[in-house]
Amino acid sequence: MAKKTIVPKKTPMPEQPAEERIHNYNEVPYGYTEEQAIAEAKRCIECAKPLCMAGCPVNINIPGFLKLIADGDFRGAVNLVKETNALPAITGRVCPQETQCEGVCTLCKKFEPVGVGRLERFVADWEAAQGALPVPPLPPPTGKKVAVVGSGPAGLTVAADLARLGHHVTIFEALHEAGGVLVYGIPEFRLPKAIVKREVEYVCSLGVKLVKDFVVGNAATVDELLEEFDAIFLGSGAGLPWFLGIPGENLGGVYSANEYLTRSNLMKAYRFPEYDTPIARGQRVITIGGGNVAMDAARTALRLGAKESIIVYRRSRDEMPARAEEIHHAEQEGIIFNLLTTPVALHGANGRVTEMECLKNELGEPDASGRRRPVAIKDSNFCIPTDIVVVAVGQSPSPLIPKTTPDLKVAKGGVVTVEEQTMKTSKKGVFAGGDVATGGATVILAMGQAKIASKAIDEYLKTGAW
Amino acid sequence: MYKILKKQVLSDLVTLMEVSAPQVTRKAQAGQFVIVRAYEESERIPLTIADFDRAAQSVTLVIQQVGKSTMQMCQMNEGDEFATVAGPLGHPTEIEKYGTVICIGGGVGIAPVYPIARALKEAGNHVISIIGARNQSLLFWEEKMRAVSDELIVTTDDGSYGRKALVTEPLKEILTARQDIKKVWAIGPAIMMKFVAATTKTFNVPTIVSLNTIMIDGTGMCGGCRVLTTDGAQFVCVDGPEFDAHRVDWDVMMSRMQFYRAEEQAAVEQWKHQCNLASAA
Repeated sequence: MAKKTIVPKKTPMPEQPAEERIHNYNEVPYGYTEEQAIAEAKRCIECAKPLCMAGCPVNINIPGFLKLIADGDFRGAVNLVKETNALPAITGRVCPQETQCEGVCTLCKKFEPVGVGRLERFVADWEAAQGALPVPPLPPPTGKKVAVVGSGPAGLTVAADLARLGHHVTIFEALHEAGGVLVYGIPEFRLPKAIVKREVEYVCSLGVKLVKDFVVGNAATVDELLEEFDAIFLGSGAGLPWFLGIPGENLGGVYSANEYLTRSNLMKAYRFPEYDTPIARGQRVITIGGGNVAMDAARTALRLGAKESIIVYRRSRDEMPARAEEIHHAEQEGIIFNLLTTPVALHGANGRVTEMECLKNELGEPDASGRRRPVAIKDSNFCIPTDIVVVAVGQSPSPLIPKTTPDLKVAKGGVVTVEEQTMKTSKKGVFAGGDVATGGATVILAMGQAKIASKAIDEYLKTGAW
Repeated sequence: MYKILKKQVLSDLVTLMEVSAPQVTRKAQAGQFVIVRAYEESERIPLTIADFDRAAQSVTLVIQQVGKSTMQMCQMNEGDEFATVAGPLGHPTEIEKYGTVICIGGGVGIAPVYPIARALKEAGNHVISIIGARNQSLLFWEEKMRAVSDELIVTTDDGSYGRKALVTEPLKEILTARQDIKKVWAIGPAIMMKFVAATTKTFNVPTIVSLNTIMIDGTGMCGGCRVLTTDGAQFVCVDGPEFDAHRVDWDVMMSRMQFYRAEEQAAVEQWKHQCNLASAA
């Protein structure tokens, strides 16, 4: 067989120029054309032992769907992806591919990996362009009722899986719109809300009932739901924002990333006054943190008209947990990175924040996370003037459900304790997955756990064995 | 959608709405609140539950016009529907038999203090109530409050009705005259609650206030409603809405509540302008 010539770089994906896109909320990349997708899929060297599959938290048959794209069979490709991943249009856009499928791609030894994420997105968008999905034939109802708490990636996955097995599923969502972090957290320019809406509509078309404005823990406890439902899946996410606990954090203009992004995304404050929810628009905005949420906040600030949007992160660029593409896009858009910097106080005037006092750090020995620990340099204090501060240093599960469910075991940080093989909690009939069980991870991991939970819930409903 | 079953104008600024909300009424208790959104484009705002009827599956909300969102709500009519009514949220009031207690309602705060006074009365307390407003036209529910109170004092700032005084004046007199006041509840404008707190502090009488800070989700997710207390920052939505008045940093709270003043004014002006255009057309 003739040796294949490998194109060293990924087929570029066309995107909005940075200077244009910082003035709008439209999605940054446009996605591949059919020709570009086929060219990119052909870069796969079809390894005998495909590492990419093992690198995927839901084990998508990656070489299989790449081959189908290369052959021009897009329908076949999307069907194959959807065997293990119900939400490819979403994961194709938000997965950290560089630490998963693409990170272990054999091509990485010499070249850029195959653009698996871009191709996953391509097949999902191709399918959406073909019109509404037909509802698959559903089995006769089993008569079993399942309550799903939260309509984020984990909840939607469990609801779809169980509905397809004939169970009657009701999703309880606390907010007025379904999608969880996909609608309140991730901005439109990274994940268009029309995509989330499409996925929610699909899940509902399977017969899933969606109850909005319903706060489990308050409107009904888990125990009360168990009187009506045969099983419960908790997919309530990690909604409790962390603050730093530094002086001045309660000044006006200091936001948690959750608040900043929820105002902008869910409440559409970027369209104020057409939409009623306001958001502070500063000339200068500082975001604290180095994850995806921090990148989202810093890039949102630019689109809200900030002249300077600054990231303050206590470690160096190599330790930043954000997706490579988000950091890349942030840099392109002119976000300023103040690395090895720790905020120690916020100062203000007339109740509003005016500057952030920081310390410079150097990198010390690796800590428990394996990343080099930032060590403050004595007397290196300096101040950065600012109008707005966004704190994006992490979040943990809301205590609302554990507090009202005495026999639900939680670990440190309010994370619900689960058996990894089944996602069973300490409470009979109650399963959990996604950020509520991890403390805060990725969309794909939440969906992976949801898949495990769906199987275990189905098993439990059939056998009653716990 | 949540249908408005009954509308009643209580004063120049305050309107009562009884709204169908079966999810809320099943577990609602005095002291809790709901998040309400009038239309699809509206803000989510917290409103304390003034009353509820489990049989009719309705909650009573008493809304004061302070910005565009509340003005719009007050213009809605019976048969119209709110886009969101989510709750009940927050902790309920801790009702016990304390002995003699004082319930203070200022302005629109009379509405949320009413179910608390009623529950305290039902629990066997001797309830002294003080209700006050800037002037007579802003007072409401005097008879309702009288029915659940052993003693009722009515004040107006301008003396147009009842006694010409701030609510803190009769409060101070009662605390001076009698030593048996076990607890005080105060709900009203932040400035009123701040001064009630200062008054009861000198007499060392435990005091509970219900805070109504700026919120979005109401479930502990955004932290926008946080207040500084002697226990550190706390979230009004999930740690409250009731707090020990003597532990709240009132200046930080009032400053945070002012943060969007410019945006609020702009929204009102733009909306009024649109209304004028619409009525002229």
